[in-house]
Amino acid sequence: MMMLAAKNISHAYTAGVPVLKGISLTLARGTILYLLGRNGCGKTTLMQCLSGTLRPESGEITFEGKAIHAYTPTERAQRIGLIPQLHAPSFAYTVREMILMGRAPHLGVFGTPSKADYAIANDALASVGLAHYRDRPYTQLSGGERQLVLIARGLAQKCRILLMDEPDAHLDLNNQQRVMEIVQQLAAEGLSFIVTSHVPNNALLYAHRVLLMKAGRVLSDGDPTHTLTEPLLSDAYEMATEVIYETLDETRIARAILPRRRL
Amino acid sequence: MWRVIILRRVRAAAGVRMNVRDAIYIGLLSLPLVLIIASLMIGLYTISVENVTRALLSPVFPDLAAGLTQTEITLVQRIRLPRVLSAALIGATLASTGVAFQGIFKNPLVDSNLLGVTSGAGFGAALALLLGGTTFLVQGFAFGFGLLAVSLAYLGSRLYSSAPMIVLTLMGILIGSFFGSLTSLMKYVADPLNTLPAITFWLLGGLTGVTWDSLPILAVLTVLGGAFLWLVRWRLNILSLGDAEAATLGMNPNHLKLGIIVCATLMTAAAVAVGGVIGWIGLVIPHAGRIIVGPDHKRLIPASLALGASFLLVIDNISRTLFPTEVPLGILTGLIGVPLLIGLLRRNRTGW
Repeated sequence: MMMLAAKNISHAYTAGVPVLKGISLTLARGTILYLLGRNGCGKTTLMQCLSGTLRPESGEITFEGKAIHAYTPTERAQRIGLIPQLHAPSFAYTVREMILMGRAPHLGVFGTPSKADYAIANDALASVGLAHYRDRPYTQLSGGERQLVLIARGLAQKCRILLMDEPDAHLDLNNQQRVMEIVQQLAAEGLSFIVTSHVPNNALLYAHRVLLMKAGRVLSDGDPTHTLTEPLLSDAYEMATEVIYETLDETRIARAILPRRRL
Repeated sequence: MWRVIILRRVRAAAGVRMNVRDAIYIGLLSLPLVLIIASLMIGLYTISVENVTRALLSPVFPDLAAGLTQTEITLVQRIRLPRVLSAALIGATLASTGVAFQGIFKNPLVDSNLLGVTSGAGFGAALALLLGGTTFLVQGFAFGFGLLAVSLAYLGSRLYSSAPMIVLTLMGILIGSFFGSLTSLMKYVADPLNTLPAITFWLLGGLTGVTWDSLPILAVLTVLGGAFLWLVRWRLNILSLGDAEAATLGMNPNHLKLGIIVCATLMTAAAVAVGGVIGWIGLVIPHAGRIIVGPDHKRLIPASLALGASFLLVIDNISRTLFPTEVPLGILTGLIGVPLLIGLLRRNRTGW
């Protein structure tokens, strides 16, 4: 059975201007699914629907067979987490204080984190390799480190699916790799990820599955070798796109996606 | 070899530092109690700590009153105690509601007057003074108009469905300046020989006229409100990340924010009604608290309650002992607090 399934999701913020037009997708355990598409194609709206914070006008989203809105907000947050784009909070919380906030769905309104919660936060921090950053102010970390802390917060939240909103934005090549390798490692342990991105090359490198979106619809959904092709990418981005292949041991592997330019 | 020794030293130092931070936190929480006793001793007529304690306990243990002069008993029980308690409650209220508002509005530059409660209360008091009202009427009007101002700002923001917090802030600022103008109008038409000085003095804040009669409402509202803020203190961390993130962490941010706004408004209105407009505390004590215990609201709310109470106790003691006539609190909070905060900022390790 699929962990997360969306069936025929449609949504419009203003009547008559639909942002999502009948999107369907499924997500299995331990999968990294990349959502690619142009700005305004509906990726962010879809992510909000999948996280349960936005209720689509029509269509159904289920988690383990049960409608996502049949879960209370707290129950939902124990299952699905969202890692926002890099941000700086107004206050200089320490790294551990940030991660502890992931325990919110497991604590009552009047609750404060217990020793057990601190232990969970420490473990989460260790699994992204930042144990020594525990007492550093979050606002003083680099972009890559902040992204890792937000992943650790998702781990402390103990959810099964993490939605990541453009984790590669604002990160240098090294940090993109560092973040996505942690993501791959966690996926191997059974966590599922839905990742939006404007870097199709990262989908080549890290995706188990790719969903190409265009103007609120699914253009293609499946294995990266079938979705990341010149005709489909050219259609999705509405420009001539080139996929560079390399042949290794008689297997042809896509290595890079580039805009086609006359040199 | 050397690395191991250095690492051990660093870890030991870190451990000690954590203990020092815990000790500072606990010391901070007990500071108001010490200052309350000290404040009861201080005045034109100094009373020893032993006699203060005996006078405080004498209603329960009448034997302890033996040997105390009637002046000492009256000073401690009837004159100084209500004033000292109200100073502590008002200071704690202004500081903790400042922390709460800074948290939910994600802005370290606001205090609980953001939605106009103090401006409304100021107008209410000025109106009551113009009508020649009693202390009771002035406090009642100040409290009522404080609540009215925030209610108007809230209702105004309901007219727009999108971006409610930004519209609420804007409405608060608008309603606040509206009541500010009305207060100026009251001052303009007031008799410059007696009513105008009374209004001006009230707007600068002071605890001169505080008696036991003023205390019950203030105490009930600030203790209950403070308890609520204490209970939800950790949730303030999550609210301070913004609505979208709070929602993905399983919270409905709007319910809790409304609860905090109602609570903070009732507390602030009660505090302003008794003490007048005492500016500066709600804005700057939260920063002092962050410098001392860090930005985590789990400790910041208790720390700001204690720090606010302590600060206003010290200021009020200075106000009533430094000069033959009392100096308004609103003047002293700035004059003393600014150098104090600049001193603290030099030791700032949080960086924001």
